[in-house]
Amino acid sequence: MTRVGKSVVSALLLLFASFSAFAEWGLNLPTGVTKISHDVHELHMTIFYICVVIAIIVFGVMLYSIIYHRKSRGATAANFHESTVVELIWTIIPLVILIVMAIPATKTLINMYDNTNAEIDVQITGYQWKWRYTYINDNVDFFSILSTPQEQIENTQEKTENYLLEVDKPLVLPVNTKIRFLMTAEDVIHSWWVPELAVKKDTIPGFINESWTIIEEPGIYRGQCTELCGKGHGFMPIVVKAVSKEEYQTWIKAEAIAQAAAREVKEMSFDELMVQGEKIYATNCLACHQKDGSGMPPVFPALKGSKIALGDIADHIKIVLYGKPGTAMSAFAEQLSVSDVAAVVTYERNAWGNNTADFATPQSVKDIKDNK
Amino acid sequence: MSHDAALDHDHHHGPDKGIMRWIYTTNHKDIGTMYLLLALVALLVGGSMAFVIRAELFQPGLQLVEPNFFNQMTTMHGLIMVFGAIMPAFVGLANWLVPMMIGAPDMALPRINNWSFWLLPFAFTMLFCTLFMDGGGPNFGWTFYAPLSTTYAPPSVTFFIFSVHIMGISSIMGAVNVIVTIFNMRAPGMTYMKMPLFVWTWLITAFLLIAVMPVLAGVVTMMLMDIHFGTSFFNAAGGGDPVMFQHVFWFFGHPEVYIMILPAFGIVSHIISTFSRKPLFGYTSMVWATSSIAVLSFIVWAHHMFTVGMPLVGELFFMYSTMLIAVPTGVKVFNWVTTMFRGSMSFETPMLFAIAFVVLFTIGGLSGLMLAIAPADFQYHDTYFVVAHFHYVLVPGALFSIMAAVYYWLPKWCGRMYHEGLGKLHFWLSFVGVNITFFPMHFVGLAGMPRRIPDYALQFADFNAIVSVGAFIFGLSQLIFVYNIYRTTIGGKGEKATDKVWDEPTGLEWEIPSPAPYHTFQEPPVIK
Repeated sequence: MTRVGKSVVSALLLLFASFSAFAEWGLNLPTGVTKISHDVHELHMTIFYICVVIAIIVFGVMLYSIIYHRKSRGATAANFHESTVVELIWTIIPLVILIVMAIPATKTLINMYDNTNAEIDVQITGYQWKWRYTYINDNVDFFSILSTPQEQIENTQEKTENYLLEVDKPLVLPVNTKIRFLMTAEDVIHSWWVPELAVKKDTIPGFINESWTIIEEPGIYRGQCTELCGKGHGFMPIVVKAVSKEEYQTWIKAEAIAQAAAREVKEMSFDELMVQGEKIYATNCLACHQKDGSGMPPVFPALKGSKIALGDIADHIKIVLYGKPGTAMSAFAEQLSVSDVAAVVTYERNAWGNNTADFATPQSVKDIKDNK
Repeated sequence: MSHDAALDHDHHHGPDKGIMRWIYTTNHKDIGTMYLLLALVALLVGGSMAFVIRAELFQPGLQLVEPNFFNQMTTMHGLIMVFGAIMPAFVGLANWLVPMMIGAPDMALPRINNWSFWLLPFAFTMLFCTLFMDGGGPNFGWTFYAPLSTTYAPPSVTFFIFSVHIMGISSIMGAVNVIVTIFNMRAPGMTYMKMPLFVWTWLITAFLLIAVMPVLAGVVTMMLMDIHFGTSFFNAAGGGDPVMFQHVFWFFGHPEVYIMILPAFGIVSHIISTFSRKPLFGYTSMVWATSSIAVLSFIVWAHHMFTVGMPLVGELFFMYSTMLIAVPTGVKVFNWVTTMFRGSMSFETPMLFAIAFVVLFTIGGLSGLMLAIAPADFQYHDTYFVVAHFHYVLVPGALFSIMAAVYYWLPKWCGRMYHEGLGKLHFWLSFVGVNITFFPMHFVGLAGMPRRIPDYALQFADFNAIVSVGAFIFGLSQLIFVYNIYRTTIGGKGEKATDKVWDEPTGLEWEIPSPAPYHTFQEPPVIK
């Protein structure tokens, strides 16, 4: 017994040691940077250790029986097979453990549901396959799109450190400020998760969910969409950049001015439109309609040689602006500026041998938008 | 002339010859065999899809398949394993064993039995064919959340809906059959509290099936209406509610989870008792625990939806009720362990699988307890931690119990012993493979890897490579299982089994010859 017992104990110690090592390797739940994330981490570790203790007892008894009560050792079977007292004991003890566990869990949950007294409201909208952040109290509203180049995904370029966890524009938030998230979706259900904040909530079309956070440390925190939302599900990361309150104020003012400027209608030449159009196409259209415009029929139709790309330009602009209800084609009127729409329409009408030679101007897009 | 008469005589009392035997059969043993074969085929097909998934995830980046096809693989893998492998395997075992265990000559409704089997190959052929349709097969996960599965689904979703309907009809008829058989055809003297546990667990499972399969049929019908007839059950733009889909789905889905594990509880109870040479500890409490798990399964469904934004009270209710499930489940595990305690154990292949079941199912149960803690679940939800959890209860849980059952009763079915060495090799490779596959998933999940993604960030790369290696070890070692069955049945190798097969097993099925004659218990045995 003693020798076996010793080796079991040392094996278990080794297991624990390796668990703490795993924590450093980032293979446990992160402790995070909010009070809630600390509480959740504590709950996680408590319930985990309870489970480990239960497992040691149950598997210990089992292992003991397997070693000592085996036929090959000449063990003879006892014949006991019922005991109401024993059954009651192992019904009541787990019940008590569960109640003990439920108390801190309930407390944390009630805290997580307290959305009151937020200083900043940010609306988060899930789209196939990007996030939109609207700072409700300030005039700032933008989309946040995966910035990992397609070449890295297709293994023709070496993958960089934040592969699949990097975006063109992160969500910028101040530290030590209560921020309320209002979460919804435009098309299908998505789920917004940043492990370090311990915030995960589904964004659901037609619903507005609430959540909140107070970030305690400046830094960059990364997360991903966690609800299957179609083929781009793995490619819509979340990046939160937490900065000091002063830095945040400077940023949001500059951003509001820059966005107002971008809404202005400006003159653009055909070449300018084509260059910008290719960029816009790559970030917004390529995932479905493909690099060569061939699409993936029948769900994602081809643009190369298509009736819309070669037909009336006004219809083409309208589809890009308002989408096509009942299909995966979403409306881009909110996402893209008029010059971006003009650029991408121009690009689609002149790339891959679609040489129509006609082009949309930002003004013409604005006219169609205004006549709605 | 007399020779012909003898043949004629045989014809009436034995099975038909050729393919027609299998098409027309109303014999519970034939139908059981067909169900088990269908499950084996589905296991291999669903397993190959898992190979595609694991091969793609072996390294970061997209190597083999594009994301849309990847999603079709995860979806079909789930659907085929749940509806094609695990459920039909248990129905097959019920067909073979329930009449033999209660001393009945056959199932109560033999023609319905035939029909409920023969619906399935058509349902699965239809489901499988969607992969070759324009736009591909179902790509919205086996939980098919609307509106991804309605407004945004490929056209083949209609065929998916019809095949789910057909499977549902088959399951309901199978369940009715089991209940009617157990209620009406028990041998004289077999009271409810004398029924073998496999019969008990299947009786409860059958009630769960009848309760929830219509709910599944309802939810897919609502999808069909949304897609083709302009309704807006799940379309927010038309006043519908995408969250309602999840409530209805999981009201089916959670009892469904227990449908896939309760018969397993029955199987391992028999096997552990036999190979510990000791009666099962706490038979009565096993029956009560199983019943309470079944009742609780109807009031825990929304723990799959902690992140949809339920009100706080809803969240608390489902957290508490879910935690409560741990109590009867714990009772079962403690009873199994106490059955082994002070027994006289031996470790033939069925016992190895049954012991692995208890250990690994318990690990899956404990991670389930962690998932029940709602605030912590926000971090676990839809990550690989969940994938690890449900694979622990379904693969070394449900699937291992089925394999244990096949090894345990195969000698009774075909009259020959399987190859013990190959059986043990199969067990150890499966045991090691299953843990290499699913244990590291806990770590990548906690570290933040979402499920159902075709490509992942670099920090998850090492563990994913390990997981893929484990998956291939586990998957390929199932070929040993297939060969062992082939060798014993069609190959006719292996020593002849005795009527008892094992040392003093309990149950009526061991009172009849091995192999079990085509017709058994035409005269009901009397139970003292």
